[in-house]
Amino acid sequence: MIRTMDIICNGEQRTVEEKSTLTDLAASLDLDPQTLVAEINGRIIEHNNFINRELRDGDRVELIRFVGGG
Amino acid sequence: MYTSTDFAKLQQWIARTSDSDVHSVLNKKKADIHDLAALLSPAADKFLPQMAAHSSRITQQRFGRTTQIYAPLYLSNLCTNRCAYCGFSADNTIPRRKLTIDEAEAEARILSERGFQHILLVTGEAPKAVGVDYLEELALRLRDRFAALSIEVQPLEQNEYRRLFKAGITAVAVYQETYDRSIYDQVHLSGKKCDFDYRLDTPARAAAAGMREIGIGALLGLSDWRAEGLALALHLEWLRKHFWQTSFTVSFPRLRPAAGDFEPLVLVSERNLSQLIFALRIFDHDVGLILSTREESRFRDGMVGLGPTRYSAGSCTAPGGYSNPELEGEQFSVGDHRSINEVSNALIAKGFDPVYKDWDKEFQVESL
Amino acid sequence: MLTIADTRFTSRLFVGTGKFSSSRVMQEAIEASGSQMVTVALRRVDLNNPQDDIMQALDRERIHFLPNTSGARNAEEAIRLARLARAASGTAWLKLEVTPDPRTLLPDPVDTLKATELLVKEGFIVLPYMNADPILALRLQDAGAAAVMPLGSPIGTNQGIKTAMQVEIIIEQARVPVVVDAGIGAPSHAAQAMEMGADAVLVNTAIAVAGDPVRMAHAFKIAVEAGREAFEAGLGRTSKTASASSPATGMLNANLDFIQN
Repeated sequence: MIRTMDIICNGEQRTVEEKSTLTDLAASLDLDPQTLVAEINGRIIEHNNFINRELRDGDRVELIRFVGGG
Repeated sequence: MYTSTDFAKLQQWIARTSDSDVHSVLNKKKADIHDLAALLSPAADKFLPQMAAHSSRITQQRFGRTTQIYAPLYLSNLCTNRCAYCGFSADNTIPRRKLTIDEAEAEARILSERGFQHILLVTGEAPKAVGVDYLEELALRLRDRFAALSIEVQPLEQNEYRRLFKAGITAVAVYQETYDRSIYDQVHLSGKKCDFDYRLDTPARAAAAGMREIGIGALLGLSDWRAEGLALALHLEWLRKHFWQTSFTVSFPRLRPAAGDFEPLVLVSERNLSQLIFALRIFDHDVGLILSTREESRFRDGMVGLGPTRYSAGSCTAPGGYSNPELEGEQFSVGDHRSINEVSNALIAKGFDPVYKDWDKEFQVESL
Repeated sequence: MLTIADTRFTSRLFVGTGKFSSSRVMQEAIEASGSQMVTVALRRVDLNNPQDDIMQALDRERIHFLPNTSGARNAEEAIRLARLARAASGTAWLKLEVTPDPRTLLPDPVDTLKATELLVKEGFIVLPYMNADPILALRLQDAGAAAVMPLGSPIGTNQGIKTAMQVEIIIEQARVPVVVDAGIGAPSHAAQAMEMGADAVLVNTAIAVAGDPVRMAHAFKIAVEAGREAFEAGLGRTSKTASASSPATGMLNANLDFIQN
């Protein structure tokens, strides 16, 4: 049985598999980790470390990337 | 650290300018260092009256119709250097004197009673006899009597300037004498003053220590005065960049007869001196320009409002000379012998306001 | 050749990447501008539109990235964005923007200085966006800013160099490069800034919302080059005749009869 947990991603509630990583999360959102930086509960995670960071129940995740700006 | 440009290069710079360069400078809103080279050139001599008019307009716009007044207070003529041009040279046989703290205070009291609120404490360079401890003690004694205390003494370390600043000294004058290294070596025969670079770095050390005003200058008559002007301007420009909270003055001591009979290596006329002053004013609108009593009263009166912003008066260059005017042992003989009242009246007659107290030290936060 | 921190630029035109109608137009405009450094901003990914990714359109081999902290309303927010930007981009370069007023987008001097001090200590190469305040420029330089970026007029207003007098003072006193940023609405404004002696300019809105952004980018390119060349050639401004004879002194030439030799 696949167990799930709830996190908050970019302000919205999401249900993810237990033991999934940031890499899994990015894939499920159709995002390329190379273009992202993440914050989990206020701490910065570089894209190289996404694979190492397992999500936990209740994590507040921010996925951030560059956009056009002056 | 400041490194001065090779003197010969400065001379070439000036030599390459032309009449049309001078003319275009006088039409510009702002003069840069290249423009200054033109203003210092022989070609600019025929434009002297126009330069004077520009210099006058800029000076009065920036400083008003005022001239600051100060007096030098010579504390000691002991000196460990042998400088070919100076009356205090260790080579010269003159009565050597160092004032005690009490004697110095008595001299200062005389100046204060005459109306001076800004005095310049001057010594020869003899650190063991007249060092930082002595200057610090004297500053503490005098600080409440005067609005501003400046020093013109041997080059000190930054932490020593800091001590003196806390004791009440707010301005430091240290003149490179000449920015021409080879002449510098020729005229400085022995003593710590032989170290050109250490002296050159001194204004920066004093500024870094927090001194509010730094005075630089060249002794006119040692080398090519035009290139000295350019060297002074480059030094000033660098100092301004690195110490933007500090104000600056330039002084123009012109070689006068002294014990030891040193003949100026280069003849610098009054006309040359005025060209130098006007050129520097056009280049830098904010720098204080000091004309001391080395110059004749006729010349100093004529220059009022044209560029200079600060005059000494009633000067005696022998230690103890205010208490005892018969004393010998001068650094140089004075050209303008007038008293503070006479100089003030001359300024007033020309429509200028003599200023004795320029800044209120009450605002200074740091003190011992 | 312009050097900022340890990097050399042959182009003195920096370009912002915002407000373009498409990534493709943005890419072509940057190409036409000849720019070697562009600003980018950081935002939360739009989870409903995951494919919108500016990074694909920018060749980081040829274009230097300058992440900005746009959106930050105070020093804390700017510092957070700065750290995110460094993690995301791998570069320590940063255009520091602290803009508490969303209407004017004018930079907060106090928090800009505060953030600069801290970020310099953390090893960032900080280029602070600032109002054209000469004293602030000196304070930022003392704090270790790698350049200063005074505004010509508020972001997006296209009004040109309204702050010319202050910018001139900043340029005169600066020990680091001066990049005029914000409010440059036309190539002539950019040329004016360069003629004044600015080391570079940053342009965004004027290119992005032009009728033909690619052509406008090219126009800015040549305007910046022209302005710089004029500056290096030595502009001689002729003053109006009125300043040659000042009423205050009442004389055209001074009387120098007192000089005897």
